[in-house]
Amino acid sequence: MHKITRTDNASSVVGLSNVHKSFSPLKVLNGVSFEVNRGEVLVLIGRSGSGKSTALRCIDRFETIDSGEIVVCGHRVSDPKLDLRALRQDVGIVFQSYNLFPHLTIEENITLAPCSVKGIAKAQAKEQARRVLAQVGLEDKLHQYPEQLSGGQQQRAAIARSLAMQPKVMLFDEVTSALDPELTGEVLKVIEALAADGMTMVMVTHEMGFARGIANRVVFMHHGKVHETGSAAILTSPATPELAQFVGTGL
Amino acid sequence: MGGSLNANHLMFLGYGALWTIGLSLIGLLGGGVAGFIVALCRISPNRTVRVLSAGYVQLIQGTPLLVIMFLTYFGLPALGVTVSPLMAAGASLTIFVSAYLGEIWRGCFESVPKPQWEAAEGLALSRSQRMMKVILPQAIRIATPPTVGFMVQIIKNTSLASVVGFVELARSGQIINNSLFEPFLIYTIIAVIYFVLCYPLSRFSHRLEKRGGPARIELEVA
Repeated sequence: MHKITRTDNASSVVGLSNVHKSFSPLKVLNGVSFEVNRGEVLVLIGRSGSGKSTALRCIDRFETIDSGEIVVCGHRVSDPKLDLRALRQDVGIVFQSYNLFPHLTIEENITLAPCSVKGIAKAQAKEQARRVLAQVGLEDKLHQYPEQLSGGQQQRAAIARSLAMQPKVMLFDEVTSALDPELTGEVLKVIEALAADGMTMVMVTHEMGFARGIANRVVFMHHGKVHETGSAAILTSPATPELAQFVGTGL
Repeated sequence: MGGSLNANHLMFLGYGALWTIGLSLIGLLGGGVAGFIVALCRISPNRTVRVLSAGYVQLIQGTPLLVIMFLTYFGLPALGVTVSPLMAAGASLTIFVSAYLGEIWRGCFESVPKPQWEAAEGLALSRSQRMMKVILPQAIRIATPPTVGFMVQIIKNTSLASVVGFVELARSGQIINNSLFEPFLIYTIIAVIYFVLCYPLSRFSHRLEKRGGPARIELEVA
């Protein structure tokens, strides 16, 4: 498995420091801090309800935080005056439920944002759609509708749609949780290829084997806190009993 | 006295039926435009706009159309604004329809799955782009059957315009009956004409609903 070599002046793409967030009365994030540098793959793991998905959604401001600071590609996400659309042009997000737009073809799904947000010419956007679809191995699905694709294909198309906006960082929120093992494999392969290309990524996943192979850094969340963090090695030799128990059941 | 039903009477009824259709179209178009605005206000990010539009819907839905007609036709002249029966009936129907369609359409907007809104947001689309390019096309598919079904209500409710002296189908029946005194025959004819106008719409709405069924399920999964 490939690993991105980090340079000493690697710049921070995503930074969370002491982030607190509660869905009252439930405290979901209780002082979470971590950093992702350019070209790094950070994998968030933890039990359901440990706050990992919330942490990920805060990065793209789908949740607002109570206190602390989040900086993403130079945008101060925690700032109420944040330019949301500028942030989201730099951040690509892929969800568990694909969320392709069912009334548009795959090509239209992909060209929609580049055309309407970035003002790219239609022809150029279509050219780009072909390119990103080829990247996820779906160049023949250009003119089909989402419902005509399998779950794994839909998820790969959703990844292509995000790529078309040329984000500086990609967020993956349990993108394979709705898929069977075979379809999971084809989606994970696409993500691996992205990592090999040097894409900065933050992902929430329950695929421990995959996490071991791809992660530059693993963050294990427990009760809204970063309970243990380190290289992918912590998955095989965890330091805390909680992580040991989690990977013991997770493998 | 009065004679019997003849071709002239039927012509008169036909003319009335045309006005029923005309008034229905006024109600549908006027109420459709106003109702779309009401629906947008109901899901506005601005709380004041949401509360005000909700109040409007409650107020209109809690008022009989007949009373709205009285208010516009008899009430406005008392305030120095004269209105023709057509204007009064058209305005009343527009107000009435806007409250109902506004509420139906709000439900349709909201039944587009929330992840669709989020996916559109995640792609940096502006609020109006999300609305026009992602939500509206899906909402229209969901909204078509109930909207066509509601057109039946509009057609039937135009009969209330007869009380402000507007000569539509029901009123033209009354006028003929005043000279012929054949209420059972004449109102049966009126009922049949209303049925002929409404039934195809009901059927059409049901058919759309059946066809829309799978589409909606697929939307929820996607």
